[in-house]
Amino acid sequence: MARGHHDVGGLPGAGPIDQSQHDLSDWEILADAVNQALGVRGIKRTDEMRRAREEMDSAAYRDMTYYERWIASIETILIEKKILTREEIDRKLAEFDSKWGEP
Amino acid sequence: MNADVARFKPGDRVKVKFEDRPGHIRTPWYIRGKTGWIERIHGEFLNPESLAFGRDGLPKKTLYLVAFNQSDLWDKGNNADKLLVDIYEHWLDPAA
Amino acid sequence: MNTPSDEHGHDHPKNELSHYAKRIYAIRDLLLEKGVISEKDIQCQIDYQEARSPANGAKLVARAWVDPGFKARFIADPKAACAEMGIDATAINEFVVLENKENLRHMVVCTLCSCYPRPILGRPPDWYKSFNYRQRSVVDPRGVMREFGLHLPEDVEVRVHDSTADIRYLVLPLRPKGTEDWSEADLAKLVTRDSMIGVMDALDSIPE
Repeated sequence: MARGHHDVGGLPGAGPIDQSQHDLSDWEILADAVNQALGVRGIKRTDEMRRAREEMDSAAYRDMTYYERWIASIETILIEKKILTREEIDRKLAEFDSKWGEP
Repeated sequence: MNADVARFKPGDRVKVKFEDRPGHIRTPWYIRGKTGWIERIHGEFLNPESLAFGRDGLPKKTLYLVAFNQSDLWDKGNNADKLLVDIYEHWLDPAA
Repeated sequence: MNTPSDEHGHDHPKNELSHYAKRIYAIRDLLLEKGVISEKDIQCQIDYQEARSPANGAKLVARAWVDPGFKARFIADPKAACAEMGIDATAINEFVVLENKENLRHMVVCTLCSCYPRPILGRPPDWYKSFNYRQRSVVDPRGVMREFGLHLPEDVEVRVHDSTADIRYLVLPLRPKGTEDWSEADLAKLVTRDSMIGVMDALDSIPE
């Protein structure tokens, strides 16, 4: 066992603080709202979401953006609680891709 | 808050357990094994280590505001500065 | 069935979204189809978040600066003081106000994730959630403050709070000198979000 990838207080090598701010995209606002709505409905707790992010692949944890990590943990917890399956989500995505077309 | 059930009181010197437990832990790595003092009793809260796995978080744990001298934590810690962390009772032992 | 996602405007074509961005639309649609949450639930949360911004915190601080009785109440029972001013802090489990003084400054971080007093201040800035801030703030708070323009002499004590549990902290910045005759509304303009996180003091003058 070792310190988790989220447990970063005091780790060396940190650089200057980038103070730039990005406006939230629609998908980020949606991720935030879905997360809060699931909490208000008592479907998941913040502690479960944090744990899911701690259990993620460490390289992915560092590479993903903040809301991408939220979405990954929402998915993990909903699947864990058998509310959704990965297959359903993949199928819905395939529907989107066929409707939206290639980038 | 019920100070009667709290094991420690403000001013008590405490040492954070130097342990490596699995699961969802809210005691940061950098503070484990360090010695500080109780600044405030926050009260009793559900245990996040249990909540994180869908359990009910009971029994509640007493949460403390624990203060540390920066000079005790880091090689270049400033003399007067402090670092304060919210730590659950089961992560603390009495210190001399 | 029409996916609700068709009805909303978006910043860029959906087919250019990243992997996870697309997934939240899929998850949202499935949750709605299964009745796990409703459109109203989602909109309610969007509205709740929109209503929360640093302006709330600035109002509280400005009132505390002009009214010593309110300041005492704000420090003793922050949630009740918020309610007095029509600010809904009920979503905060435990709320603690950290009062800065001439010889004392506080700074708040969540090294483990990014806990932040969202019900008061709204969403945290990107920098607060960054690895650099989470790593450095506990070991080099003065260096971080210098980056935000705050240079403190050695005889001022710095107290960093790592909010690892359900306590949410708000820094009550020092009232700038020379503002004794100012209105509450003008004082509030000096109170920046970053001064309530503690990486800087309140402004000395109203920004242009």
